[in-house]
Amino acid sequence: MSDGDALEREVSSGHAPERAVTDGDALERALRETGRLHGERRPPDIAAPAAATGLLDVAYALLDSPLGRLLLAATPRGLIRVAYVDDGGGEDAALAQLASRVSPRVLAAAHKLDQPRRELDQYFAGIRHSFELPLDWGLTNGFARRVLQATARIPYGSLSTYKRLAADAGSPRAFRAAGNALGANPLPIVVPCHRVVHSGGGLGGYTGGLERKRRLLAVERALG
Amino acid sequence: MRPPRHSQTSPAPLPPFQRLLDLHGRDVYRFLVATVGPGAADDCYQETWLAALRAYPRLQDASNLRGWLLTVAHRKAIDHFRAGRRAAVPVEHPPDGAPSATPAPAPDGELWSHVRRLAPKQRVAIALRFVADAPYAEISAAMGISEQAARRNVHEGLKRLRKEYRP
Repeated sequence: MSDGDALEREVSSGHAPERAVTDGDALERALRETGRLHGERRPPDIAAPAAATGLLDVAYALLDSPLGRLLLAATPRGLIRVAYVDDGGGEDAALAQLASRVSPRVLAAAHKLDQPRRELDQYFAGIRHSFELPLDWGLTNGFARRVLQATARIPYGSLSTYKRLAADAGSPRAFRAAGNALGANPLPIVVPCHRVVHSGGGLGGYTGGLERKRRLLAVERALG
Repeated sequence: MRPPRHSQTSPAPLPPFQRLLDLHGRDVYRFLVATVGPGAADDCYQETWLAALRAYPRLQDASNLRGWLLTVAHRKAIDHFRAGRRAAVPVEHPPDGAPSATPAPAPDGELWSHVRRLAPKQRVAIALRFVADAPYAEISAAMGISEQAARRNVHEGLKRLRKEYRP
């Protein structure tokens, strides 16, 4: 049936479209109500085309791990941030830091973090002993970067000390500064600062709290 | 901590872009479906957000991000009208047949087909007013016209709809 037929029927049945909406409120209400329905379709994805056009500077995703929720972030160069975000505001703080220090072009893009997520899952399951991830050291610099790069070379299941790391980074007496660098590690777990303890045998500190440090070392059976 | 890399160019730190998408994505999408129609809205939506993302690091004033995004969306809608693409024909299904949990048909019926036949400025003003719930000051800023002209466009659009649209 054509529209013409329908219109004819309407007219002949007395339902002539005479009654225009003269009441402004009714028309405005109708515009608001039907206009709201526009949001019910799901808008298309932005992260994938942004990545394809080189506009996605920082991609991030969340990962639920045995140590709580982690935020993972990567630039085109590699993984740049792992953050414990269980604590209130942890996610916002980590994202704000990335926005101000790396680039404000930060988008949720789980597919860009597939490899780190997979490797971390395997690590927690005890079936992965080293990470094969490209890393972006952009959140570190100077001595701290050298300390963290030395930390990245500590083998799975073994321990090092703040003193030895300071020496590895070129300043044997700067063990306190080495401790600070580890405390500000932007890539915990992947850069295994949990494998660093006091020379006297004390466990030292940990960004995510000492309980997490103990559990990581337990995963690696490093405490014998 | 090292000073932020963008401290010289932007006084207030820009929030992570994802936050803009979370807060304003829905309003931008509604506005575009209303103005360019369901068939072209997805393309215009992506173009809007990519243009915003491109310009974002250089943005000087982060105090009214929603207004800025509506301005960008408005420009994309105008580009679309100018390109002469058919805006009045509702497309019932996404052209790529993308799997989607939501039912695809245009949900807005006759009324918005009438809106999409209004003059571009009236169309945009009506959508900003009734879909994005924009006050006249925001409509004027987004469209780059005076507040008085914003009111006039809404008013003229409504007048025309009252004449032409019968539910």
